[in-house]
This record gives sequence, structure tokens and C-alpha cells, in this order.
Amino acid sequence: MGNAYTPGLKVVNRITHQCRRILPIPGKVLVSKGDHVEAEQVVAQTFMPGDIMPVNLANLLSMPPSDVMECVLKKVGERIEVGEPLAQTKGIFGMFKQVYKSKDAGTIETISDVTGQVIIRGEPIPVEVRAYLTGTVTEVIPEQGVMIEADVSFVQGIFGIGGESFGTIKMAAASHEQELQADMITPDMKGCVIVGGARVWHDAVRKAIEVGAAAVVAGGIDDQDLKKILGYDLGVAITGTEKVGVTLVITEGFGDIAMAERTFDLLKARVGDFAAVNGATQIRAGVMRPEIVIPLSEEEVKAEEPAKLDGGMLETGRPVRIIRDPYFGLIGTVAGLPSEPQVLGSGSKARVLDVKLGSGETVVIPRANVELIEG
Amino acid sequence: MTTTTKSDAQQARVILATDCGSTTTKAILIQLTDEGYRQTHRGEAPTTVEEPFADVTMGVVNAVVEVGELAGRKFIDDSGKIIQPATETEGCDVYISTSSAGGGLQMMVAGVVAEMTAASAKRAALGAGAIVMDVIASNDKRKPHEQIQRIRELRPDMMLVSGGTDGGDAKHVVSIAELIAPAKPQPRFGSGYTLPIIYAGNKDAAPRMNKIFEQGFELLIVDNLRPVLERENLGPARDAIHDLFLEHVMAHAPGYDKLMGWTDAPIMPTPGAVGNILQTIAESQNINAVGVDIGGATTDVFSVFDKTFNRTVSANLGMSYSISNVCAEATMPNILRWVHFDMDERELRNRVKNKMIRPTTIPQSLEALVFEQAVAREALRLAYIQHKEFATTLKGVQQQRSVGDTFSQETGGQTIVDNMKLNLLVASGGVLSHAPSMNQTALLLIDAFQPEGFTTLAKDSIFMMPHLGVLAQVHPKAAMEVFERDCLIYLGTCVAPKGSGKPGKPCFDYTIKGSTLNESGQIAFGEIKLLPLAEGETASVTVEPGRTFDCGNGPGKRVEKTVKGGTVGLVLDGRGRPLELPESREACKPLISKWVEAMKLYPGMG
Repeated sequence: MGNAYTPGLKVVNRITHQCRRILPIPGKVLVSKGDHVEAEQVVAQTFMPGDIMPVNLANLLSMPPSDVMECVLKKVGERIEVGEPLAQTKGIFGMFKQVYKSKDAGTIETISDVTGQVIIRGEPIPVEVRAYLTGTVTEVIPEQGVMIEADVSFVQGIFGIGGESFGTIKMAAASHEQELQADMITPDMKGCVIVGGARVWHDAVRKAIEVGAAAVVAGGIDDQDLKKILGYDLGVAITGTEKVGVTLVITEGFGDIAMAERTFDLLKARVGDFAAVNGATQIRAGVMRPEIVIPLSEEEVKAEEPAKLDGGMLETGRPVRIIRDPYFGLIGTVAGLPSEPQVLGSGSKARVLDVKLGSGETVVIPRANVELIEG
Repeated sequence: MTTTTKSDAQQARVILATDCGSTTTKAILIQLTDEGYRQTHRGEAPTTVEEPFADVTMGVVNAVVEVGELAGRKFIDDSGKIIQPATETEGCDVYISTSSAGGGLQMMVAGVVAEMTAASAKRAALGAGAIVMDVIASNDKRKPHEQIQRIRELRPDMMLVSGGTDGGDAKHVVSIAELIAPAKPQPRFGSGYTLPIIYAGNKDAAPRMNKIFEQGFELLIVDNLRPVLERENLGPARDAIHDLFLEHVMAHAPGYDKLMGWTDAPIMPTPGAVGNILQTIAESQNINAVGVDIGGATTDVFSVFDKTFNRTVSANLGMSYSISNVCAEATMPNILRWVHFDMDERELRNRVKNKMIRPTTIPQSLEALVFEQAVAREALRLAYIQHKEFATTLKGVQQQRSVGDTFSQETGGQTIVDNMKLNLLVASGGVLSHAPSMNQTALLLIDAFQPEGFTTLAKDSIFMMPHLGVLAQVHPKAAMEVFERDCLIYLGTCVAPKGSGKPGKPCFDYTIKGSTLNESGQIAFGEIKLLPLAEGETASVTVEPGRTFDCGNGPGKRVEKTVKGGTVGLVLDGRGRPLELPESREACKPLISKWVEAMKLYPGMG
């Protein structure tokens, strides 16, 4: 067998990128097919049913649940405001009546004579979906959302935290091997996507948050730095909802590892351009990697050849990245693909490949421990 | 489903079974041979439930075609369907399948009291093979608005609501239902899916449930799963879960409608099927058994003690996606206790995170393997602790106490997991099944589960238990025969007295009489010894424990038993139970080195 399927992370100068932007529940789509949309433009919106507040009147007014129905002053479906009487007891001979004033505003959803509980539903919660990708609407999915397409430069990271953010690209590191330290982050990086080289330090991320940066992109990060940024030890790589104040994209992995040179060079070539960044990572079913999407102008589209992606086939001569120790992070080319499984140092038998490293040395690596550099 | 009846199934000569996992669809072929039913061939192919294929049957066909090529039979006709019934050269008589694709069955359960009805509801859901996302109870220490928030965040496939005993107060369970209905949990399959709710609580509240869940839900009312505090009745709720799993969840997974038309028995959730076969084995052989399946994301533990079945899923204890969580929960010092050489902790932490984000990589060096197996020991240990805490006698049951119990603090809710009574420990899952040496698998099991007395160790050869679990429903004889002959690979037997002593002092004397192994001697406390006893062989072992040690008959009492051999052999474990390792890593290293050497774990390592 001459090849094997080993998908890698995409780092491409030009690719036609599609993006599906969908509401969590049905709503209204605000744009039409063929429209040009900007990244931060709202393309669909809806209202989620408001929060619900249970009020146990039987307990609050010390009465049997079966009496609650006749003491509630509002009907199901009626509005109530904060401070407005919700229920009043009958009292004794019309005296000593107790009144319960609502602590919440909303609509009466249910009144129960079994539990004595009244449910108040709060104001509907607006939900908006932004375009994220500056481009053209290619499809409208009625009541749900849209498909957007654009020619972009596209960089996939391996891991990230934080959701979608937007800003112009600014280089903080001079080379792909330079670590990103706090003193390299300056106030003029406010609102920018800051690009480092190798490992990003915890205090550099803090400084980026301080100056109001939109995102930080770096080659590696130390496990303990991530823990300090998040405030907890990350157990499972499902991220994107963190609210740390900045979006973080790591392109290579954990440890002292330099950013791949071509990733660094691509981002450097796009300095000053607007980028959409998403740190969301999900490594279980339906894999999602963090990304940096840089829309191309019409001139750039004309000047740049679209990348040819060949679906992740591992073949002799293809560039690969080694993704596990003892050679973690090294980049080389496929020098051979022996078909028979071989016994590894661990004693396990697995299919392997020969990788020629930049140093000229050739090493034997399990096929599961490499990924293609695509694009 | 096709129309094969159970009596037709009994005549079956060729049985085809598939298990559609999240990433791989595995097919096995079982044939009636001169030796009875045997598993003869297997094949696998990537699961095709997600885009761009979005049709699970494509993966099934690919896996079945592979089996067919190996077996020299044609299983798929020109229209892409499985050929039935079998002829001399084509097709199969029975086709069955399990599924955990697309994240399996995800449920939320609710009950009134966390330790009573809610615990019973959780047991019913887990036993049916579900992943329990959360348990809502009146006393779960969350305020109503926090419970509501949680219900709204989760995206379950179905819900199980229980609470109250029949004829008891209905108020509390109604109150829980009144929170769930307006919270409107969003199903995972989107707004077009009507969320099924199973009500298995106080029967007096059933009419009220009809009203509360009238709109926006598909309500199914079944018998109360805790009709009285003293008794659980989980069967009807479990059956309802299986029915709804087929009707609703599977129907929404791409291609399953087609697959359901092919199978001769209902498609079961994979863990539910594993539980089935373990129960069948435990009942037929009258033994207590524990099974474990350690995956990349989760660890499932199944147990049958005194005919009571329990299953737990430790959702974030796994060897790839959740490896970082294992390290966070177990702590790095606890993991490193199992490593007998120096390793740089910072580098290890980063390696763990790198495995988390690139979960398909495998250890290349022996050092990496030793570390990964150390993590596995802790993941299994933690999963078993969780299982023991969950598999308990019923809580809330009134205890009758005699004078003799005056000083006993025992109440309801004691674990029913008793390692001394455990007869069979079965391992499955990558890190256990694919360990380069079976000695490693055996010691991993012993270190993590710490079996006491005499325990047979085995591994599921090719993760065949799910297939056999469904087969047990249509053809129990075939399922049992294949389980015994082809499914289990016996590793051997572990003999380990409970108790503690001084290192180097006598722990137990032993005498072994067998056809190839005849030996006697003494095991010191802290010592472990491996003796060869091949697969298929048995030997009579007599153990005379020291007075502080118990091997099943009480402290200091002699025990004689016949033990099974296996690919590893007979392990005489004098390290004591509970197995305690020194606090200091420096003191641990020589001890672990000694055990590694005695068990011949890593022959290539100095």
C-alpha cells in the first residue's frame, strides 16, 4: 500500500470557504441569497423563551396548595411586574389578609393546585447570529440561517479557547521561533489579532487581555500557563464558551514548540488585514478546530492560485508534522511507507512510515503519530 | 425488522452481527461448526453516520463485505441489502446489530430524592445503556432556578422522570415535572424532534403528568420504578427506554430506518448489550462478574453481584479525549507512583494535553507506554470507586436491627460490590485489549481493581460482547458457546489475600497441584509472583494465609480452590488489600521495579 489517509491542519493562502450560520431555534433570516455580508453583520435573529421563575405560594402564604388557585390575582397568560401583588389570602373574616408581591416581572405560565406553585416566565431572550465570514450568501435556510461563501486565507489551529472575535492582524514576534512574552504586547494592539511565534506565556495573554486585544495566535503553550489563564485544569478539549477576555489559538500544541514557518509566514504576509478568529475546539465526534479566516480582496483572489487539497493521502514526498514524542513537533517529508506492520520501541506492532527530517536524519514513526501539512 | 422468529433463529447456521461505534463499525460472523457455534471471521470499516456519507448502512455494508471476502461468502445482494436466509455460499440466517454511533443514547433523569427514586431512575437509564447527562432531584442542593438553567442547557435524547412510591404523596414528583415542562429542554436532534419523556413514578400522579407534558413532549407512562421503598422495578422503564431509543433516537440517526429493517432483533445501545451478556453469563454460571470497557472518552463498568446488575459510565475517565481529566482527577503524583523510573513532570503534563488534542496517536517508546498504562491504572481505579459508590443496596429502606447490630453503623446504601466474592473480571477497551503483552493487561487489572481471594482474569478478544449481548436475546445457546470459546481470552487467575502486614514477613503459604504445575512455597507481604499455568489448564491451589490475612474463609483460614490458567498464568499476589503504595515517589520506584520484574511486564526495559 503506497498511501494512507492522515488528515492534517489546513494552512492555505487561498481557499473557497463555506460557513453555515444557524439559529439554535427557528427565527427570522435577515439577508437574502446573493447578498454581500460583513463579518460582524447580524444575518438571523430569534427570541428564546425567557427564564422561568417558580414561586411556591403555598409555602410563602402558608396555605394548602388547593387554595392557591383562588388566591392568585392573575390568570395564566397575564403579565406581572415587579412589586405587583401576585396573590392575596382570604384572611380571617376578611381581616389579616396576606399579600405576596412579585419579585419578578414576566408572564404567568402555570398555576398548580397540586404543588401550590406559580411559574412566571421572564422576558424573551434575543439571540442573534452574525455572518462571521465576510462574503456572499449562497443559500438561505428558511427560519434557520444561511450559508456564506468567500475566498479566504485560512489557518487551522490545533487547540484554542474563547469564541468568535474579529480584528486586524498584527505581528508581535519577529520569527516563528520567538516566544511571546508580556513586554511584546503593546497598547496599539487593542482590537488586534496578535501573532506570536513559539510558546505564548501566561503573562503575555494577561497583557493582551489588558490592552483589549481580540485574539492571540501562537505556536505552543505550556499546560500550566493554560491552567493559570482558565483558572482550572482543562479535562476535555471542548472549548469555545470561555470568557477570559481574549480568543486564543495554538497552532502546534502544548510545550515549547515553534509555530510552523509557513503558518507564520502566511500570517505575516497578511499583516493589517481584517481576520475572523474562532477558538472553539471540539475533538470528539464532529471534530472542530480553531481557525483564523482572512477574507481576500478581489485583486488578491485574482493574484492567488487556489490551494489544491488532496483529501489527506499520505504519500512519499509529502510534508508531515510528527505529533507525538519522542520527535514531537518536528517537521519532515515522507521518505517511505513500508506496508508491513513493525514492532515499535513500546513493544506494540503498528504500521509505520519513514520520515526524513530537516536535519537529514530519517526516523521511523507510527503512521498514527504524523499529520499532513495541508495546503 | 425482518420477520425471523425466535424458533427460526434456533435453526440458524450463519449469524452475522455488527456493532456501529462512533468511529468504527465492526462485523463478526458466527457459524455452526462441528464444535458448535464459533466466531469465524471479522471485519471492520469506518462508521458512516456523519457527513459526507450520513448513512450508517454504508459502513455496515463495507464491514460485512470485508467479512464476506474473508469467509468466501456473499452477504450483500446487488441492491446493497443483506442476503437472507443463508444458502451454501451466500447470506446469513440471522442478522443483528448494536449501536453507539453519534454519541450513543443521552438521557437526563429526574427523581424526588437523590439517593432514592432519582438513584433508581439513574440505575434504570444506565442499565439500558444510556449516558446520564444529569440527575435532577428535589434535594440535589440546587435552587429551582439553577435546576431549570441546567435543564435548559442540556440537550438530551430523552428524559426519565420518577418519584414517589405508589399511593404516596404525589406533590413532590408533580413539582419536579412542573419545573421540567416549562424549562422546555431542547433535544439534541433539533427543533423538529419531539422530546420523549418516560414517567415511571407514583402512579397516582400519572394523570397529572398527562396534563403537564401535554404539549411539546411525547409522554410514555410505565410502572413505577420504585413502587415501594424496599423494591426496585426497573424492567418497565428500561424496556421503555429501549423502545423509545429505536422509535425516536435511532429514527433520527441517518440510515437507521434502513438498518432497522434489516435486523432480526431490535438494535440495542452497545453498553446495554454488553450488560446483557454479562448478566447472562453470571446467571448461567452462577458467578459474580465485573466487566470494564475503557475507551478514549469514557470508562464503562458493569457488575453482577448476587444476581444484581449495575452499570456505571465514568463520563470523563478515558485514555485519549479525557486523558487530561484523568490526570486532573487522579493528580500527577498518584499516576507517577506506578512509574518505576524518572520522568520530567512538566514534560508529561504537556504530553498529556497533546494526547488530548491529538487523541489517535499511540505510544512509540516504552517510556511512553509505561506512562500511559500508569494513567490507565488510575482511570480504572477511579471508575471502579465510582461504580462501588453507585452499586449499593437500596437507600431509604427501613432497617431491622437486632441487639447484635447495636454497634454496627451500617445503614441502607452499602455497596454490593465485594471483591472477595468476585469470580470473573473481564477487560476490554484499547489500552487493555491492545497492550503489547497480556502480562501488562493482567497487572493493570489487578492494580486497579484489587481483586481479593481467587479471581479469574480475562479479556474480550475483539470486543465481541456487544454482538453477543443482542444474540443472547434471539439465540442464547449460540451466544453462550461463542462467549466461552471465542470471546474471552483467559489471562489466568489472581490469588490475593485481604489484609496488611510488614514488608518481607510471611503473607501466605501455597501448594499447587496440577498436570504441569506442582509447587509449594511462601509469599512474603509486598511480594508478587507469576507462575506458568497455560490456557485450558486448571490446578488445585491451597492457600494458608497468615493470621491477619483473609483469602475468602476468614483471617488465617485455609482455602482450597481449582483455578483456571491462561495466557499469563497464575498470579500469587501478597501485596495486601487494600493495595497501599508508599507516599514518597522515591520509595515507590524500587517497589514497582520489583513487581514489574516479577510479572515480566517490560522485558526490553532494564
